[in-house]
Amino acid sequence: MPTFWLVALLLALAAVGFYGGRRRAVVSAGGDVKKLHSLPAYYGYHVSLAAFVPAVGALAIWLLAQPMFIETRVSGMIPAEAVPETSTLGLVMSDVRRVAEGLDLAVEQGLLTPKEARNAIAGEQDLRGLMGEVGVALGDSVRPEVLSAAQAYRNLSNTSRTIMTAVVALLAFGGFFWAYARTHKDFRARNVVERAVLALLILAASLAILTTVGIVLSMLFETRNFFGLHSWTDFFFGSTWAPNFRGDSELSILPLLWGTLYISFIALLVAVPVGLFAAIYLSEYASGAVRSFAKPLLEILAGIPTIVYGLFALLTVGPALANLFAKGGLLGVEWMAGATSVLTAGLVMGIMLIPFVSSLSDDIINAVPQAMRDGSLGLGATKSETVRQVVMPAALPGIVGAVLLAASRAIGETMIVVMGAGAIAKFSINPLDSMTTITTRIVSQLTGDTDFASPETLVAFALGLTLFVLTLGLNVLALYIVRKYREQYE
Amino acid sequence: MNDMTLMDKTVDTQKIKIAAKDVNVYYGDSHAIKDVNVEIEDKTVTAFIGPSGCGKSTFLRCLNRMNDTIDICRVKGDILLDGEDIYDKRVDPVQLRAKVGMVFQKPNPFPKSIYDNVAYGPRIHGLAKNKAELDEIVEKSLRRGAIWNEVKDRLDAPGTGLSGGQQQRLCIARAVATEPEVLLMDEPCSALDPIATAQVEELIDELRASYSVVIVTHSMQQAARVSQKTAFFHLGNLVEFGPTGQIFTNPEDSRTESYITGRIG
Repeated sequence: MPTFWLVALLLALAAVGFYGGRRRAVVSAGGDVKKLHSLPAYYGYHVSLAAFVPAVGALAIWLLAQPMFIETRVSGMIPAEAVPETSTLGLVMSDVRRVAEGLDLAVEQGLLTPKEARNAIAGEQDLRGLMGEVGVALGDSVRPEVLSAAQAYRNLSNTSRTIMTAVVALLAFGGFFWAYARTHKDFRARNVVERAVLALLILAASLAILTTVGIVLSMLFETRNFFGLHSWTDFFFGSTWAPNFRGDSELSILPLLWGTLYISFIALLVAVPVGLFAAIYLSEYASGAVRSFAKPLLEILAGIPTIVYGLFALLTVGPALANLFAKGGLLGVEWMAGATSVLTAGLVMGIMLIPFVSSLSDDIINAVPQAMRDGSLGLGATKSETVRQVVMPAALPGIVGAVLLAASRAIGETMIVVMGAGAIAKFSINPLDSMTTITTRIVSQLTGDTDFASPETLVAFALGLTLFVLTLGLNVLALYIVRKYREQYE
Repeated sequence: MNDMTLMDKTVDTQKIKIAAKDVNVYYGDSHAIKDVNVEIEDKTVTAFIGPSGCGKSTFLRCLNRMNDTIDICRVKGDILLDGEDIYDKRVDPVQLRAKVGMVFQKPNPFPKSIYDNVAYGPRIHGLAKNKAELDEIVEKSLRRGAIWNEVKDRLDAPGTGLSGGQQQRLCIARAVATEPEVLLMDEPCSALDPIATAQVEELIDELRASYSVVIVTHSMQQAARVSQKTAFFHLGNLVEFGPTGQIFTNPEDSRTESYITGRIG
């Protein structure tokens, strides 16, 4: 039975369970709803849940586990000699899956009887042509070991699906009747539903966490593959980033890290003072009317997609800087080779971060109790003295946290640096030089037509993982600082 | 604390420190203070009493122009400090607040050390020429605030780490450190326990020797204990103003009597 119908059956059973459970509860109370422990609907939910949840859970687990199980069983059947020199077991297995799929389709369309499909022998029929007819393109004629593996694959799949349907149906009906039998006016259905709600909420929370873990693990495996192909000392301690596709690439993270940190530093140099002063003005000086108008306007900046900032860097800021500093520019110096530079990307990224810093700082400054300001003003301090000496020290931990969060955004930013910073990986102090960052190199190593198993591609994962660890560290530090000092002044 | 009965309270006539004439205060459209006339004497504790929302805190905050920090607040009429109008254009409210210190309802020490809390005002106003002088001012102020003995060994500890009563006395010491002429206290004991309250009240009585003290309080017992003059506010009006003993034992206005005996408020 296809999975779709199985799920439909479960839903139908749950619906029947709801009405059945509710009715049985009401009947057991002799029609008087007041005698029930819980509201009638709770008894309905109870039966629905018992019929639906375990069955759907089993279905989900089965669907996830089945391909893995079959894959290991079938790949064990393929002899090592059957894997050609130029290929891998993975590629042969994908052939097996395609042939199995082709056989399924052929049976479905009546080109083969189920019996023929089971007994087909490679070489006797033009299987490749047959597959082509049903829309499965094969690169080569079907080899005997692939065909037999595909047939085993089909057998296992079919058996497994039958067992799965049986198990799921058993669980659904079992749950249904068990819960239905328990439904009685004294049964505490409300508490059961309460626990089910709790389970749902925990599931949602753990899903987010598990996804993070999954992302990290997937990066970790690819990173391990990379370090199997490339020396880790070159990656962490080398000095040159020069991927080439003949092999012998030098893939060191240090020049990229330098570019990343340099650009982020310039971005923070722009964003922190401007954002902080804007926040101070908005929270301490601006009247209600100005504030209600200026704050949303500032926050619009935060809603601009970073690609638009990238365009701004490429078309406006870069050429403007080149007009000043490049050869033939207004200052008569030749410090800049093209429009792309660390300064271009840094300035634009700083503008992007202004609303981020100002909005976070504004919240933090507003959280400083009014009593602090009154105390200072009451002693004859001016507004700016109050801000500098009382409000800022009280808000400082929070502001440091905001700056660190901004820094981790700057480090992870991609579009602006792709368009504004250039593509040359080098160590340079000159902010007008073109440099590149970790994020842009990840993009360029993964896009394009390269062998996925080569170190030049896999390095992207090592870079990504390093970036992840870096920003994670910054975020943890930021949260730690904010948490540690948050309560102190209240 | 003195143990005199109310009628025995001496009311020596002192020179007038603050004189308010026909003061009206508006918050946006609402009329918070209506035609208040009051004369506050030097070296005297004056208590403002009245039910919640009667305008006593608002009036207090007019005396050092703290209401300037509220956008919608407008003040009309004259308030004279030593004969000079404090709402005159030539008066700098910032300088005024150094002369008219204020202690707030909730203790609000800054998130700084005890020393820096007290040194805050003198530093801003440049009252000390060097570190030694500043040390001296801090010690003197803490002694005035009757908290020196409790904190002299831990001046570097944060002011926020003290107990509620100690924090309030620290705030009083902080206000005293700028050498004010008048001390305004807005319900300074409402966040304190009875023992801390007694300590602060005792301190207020001592401060009377050097300053004119104005205290807003919800506790009539406190007004009776610490003040020489009492003003009763009701619905924005100054109903009655006179020697504390007279207000509490023989009020002229029926509203004052009702409030004191607990029938309104």
